[in-house]
Amino acid sequence: MYHRFELRIPQFILALVLMLVGAASLFILSNTQLIISGRNLTSIGLLIGGLVLYSGVLVIVAMFNNETILSIAMLLPSIVAVAIFVYGFIGWSLRVSLSKWKGLNPDYTWVGLQQYYNLFNNDPRFIIDIRNTAMFTVGFIFGCLIIGLGLAILLDQRLKGEALFRGIFLFPMSISFIASGVVWGWLMNPATGNRITGINLIFQKLGLTSLISLWHSTPQPWGMAFTVIPAVWQLSGFTMALYLGGIRSISEDLREAARVDGASEIQIYRYVILPMLQPVTLSAVIILGHMSLKIFDLIVALGNKAISLDVPGIYMWVTTFDGTNYAQGAAIGILMLISVAILVVPYLIQNMRTETEL
Amino acid sequence: MSRRFALKTFFYILLIALAIVYLLPVYLMVITGFKPFDQVDLKTMWALPTTGLHIDNFIAGYKQLAPNLNNSLMMVIPEAILSALLGSFNGYLLAKWKFRGSNLIFSLILFGMFIPYQSILIPLVKFMQFIKLYGDLPGLVLVHIIYGIPITTLIFRNYYAGIGTEILEAARIDGASLMGIYRYIMFPLSAPSFAVVIIWQFTQAWNEFLFAVILTNQAHWPVTVALNNLAGSQLVQWNVLMAATLLAALPTLLVYIFLGRYFLRGLMAGALKG
Repeated sequence: MYHRFELRIPQFILALVLMLVGAASLFILSNTQLIISGRNLTSIGLLIGGLVLYSGVLVIVAMFNNETILSIAMLLPSIVAVAIFVYGFIGWSLRVSLSKWKGLNPDYTWVGLQQYYNLFNNDPRFIIDIRNTAMFTVGFIFGCLIIGLGLAILLDQRLKGEALFRGIFLFPMSISFIASGVVWGWLMNPATGNRITGINLIFQKLGLTSLISLWHSTPQPWGMAFTVIPAVWQLSGFTMALYLGGIRSISEDLREAARVDGASEIQIYRYVILPMLQPVTLSAVIILGHMSLKIFDLIVALGNKAISLDVPGIYMWVTTFDGTNYAQGAAIGILMLISVAILVVPYLIQNMRTETEL
Repeated sequence: MSRRFALKTFFYILLIALAIVYLLPVYLMVITGFKPFDQVDLKTMWALPTTGLHIDNFIAGYKQLAPNLNNSLMMVIPEAILSALLGSFNGYLLAKWKFRGSNLIFSLILFGMFIPYQSILIPLVKFMQFIKLYGDLPGLVLVHIIYGIPITTLIFRNYYAGIGTEILEAARIDGASLMGIYRYIMFPLSAPSFAVVIIWQFTQAWNEFLFAVILTNQAHWPVTVALNNLAGSQLVQWNVLMAATLLAALPTLLVYIFLGRYFLRGLMAGALKG
């Protein structure tokens, strides 16, 4: 491979034009505003101008015939965006969480870990949040894994209509947590007596009165367990798809061999298939786990910001934007990040290592 | 043989019972939506409409949500297309033009997919206010595109990694450049991946709530925020609410029903198989 500069006139002219247009639009927009149908889009204009200017630079870089540098240069806008919006903002949040910023005006007075100390020691609401998240996470993961695996095994029996059933179990995934929370809020209506409705009404009609429940209005901590139901409804199908993919990737020869050795179907699942599904279970736990640590919109739609069903995601929102306690909000956000990172980072590192080996 | 038959019957009964449970919420939304106003009663919540199909609830629900459905659409379409283009570039470069540290960069980008957005929310709001994109849809589009970079890059990278290098080598011998290979070889091959990513980003952005509720003001609320607000207000009858919820969920449901294959592939890519 040779790297040498090669001047190509048409490209060079193109680069000059791009850079000129980009620079001109940056210059103009930094002195005036871009208003399109009542919207102030100056920043979007500046962004596009900057990208046009940069694409001119890229055309020049391409002439050096060094693909590594060109590749990095082309990735740069995305890298910069992620660096700022993910890592830069995390750093900024961290700094806010170490301050005493309360009220609309920023106050970066350093108070060390005071906000974190207060959350864990003087804040009953945050303790409720931790308990609720733990309850939700355990129920959600176990619910999805057990039902998902059960459905996958059922669908693995080569029954007619498999595709239809698969579709029915999977479709709730496409609905928003908000819509799901609104509908399930009505299904899990806690009204009793002659106002009984929702699923309780079905139980009453079927004579299963012992199953009639207050659902998520049950006194805590058990009320939180019921918020798992809509979440499992939405994501057990996804877990099923993961498991079904795993089961189908196990070769039929292996199963046949076990059969020849005299293993029953149940033994094949127990001793051949389940052990081979461990990596699938791990992926599922990580995906479902990080979702449940972040759970927010479903609980908003179900609980309407009730304290009894509070989770860190909601507390952060309320304390920051309703209570203007920015420092505390930032501390909650950082704690959520740490909990997710503990779950995900080892997996990402492992993933990167195995890739480098390949 | 009869034991096998009994077992199969049992499996079918189990599957059908489960399917009914899974469909219950949709059944409720649909039948409630089609009932006339005078037939709506919590006691007969589960009964089918008896006097024909009425669409009054859907009309009332649509009246409540029409501006927000429009907002969501205006936001989601540019978001999905631009996200896909950006992800395609990134995925191509990270899959086919690896350099020292490119795997590390990819992992660092990927981490952005998992973060709870509460941990960047305060800086994000301040930044959006500073660049004057706070409160309106263009800002929300920008935010969705940026935080969509990890997943779109992941899907495209996995897809391009599966395309053999022979074709690339051959093109290079013929003198094709980095961009030439993308334009004439990779891009024409990426239609399935574009479908996956566009559908994925469409669904994600349509269903998203946190950014929408924090970054837009009432006039520009997307449908999830408006629906949540509608559900919390005492002024709206529950039957209208059911119809409105169905309308809000319909676009992603239809995408799922007709393009489910691609939707599923997006899901699986999200499962980090690369």
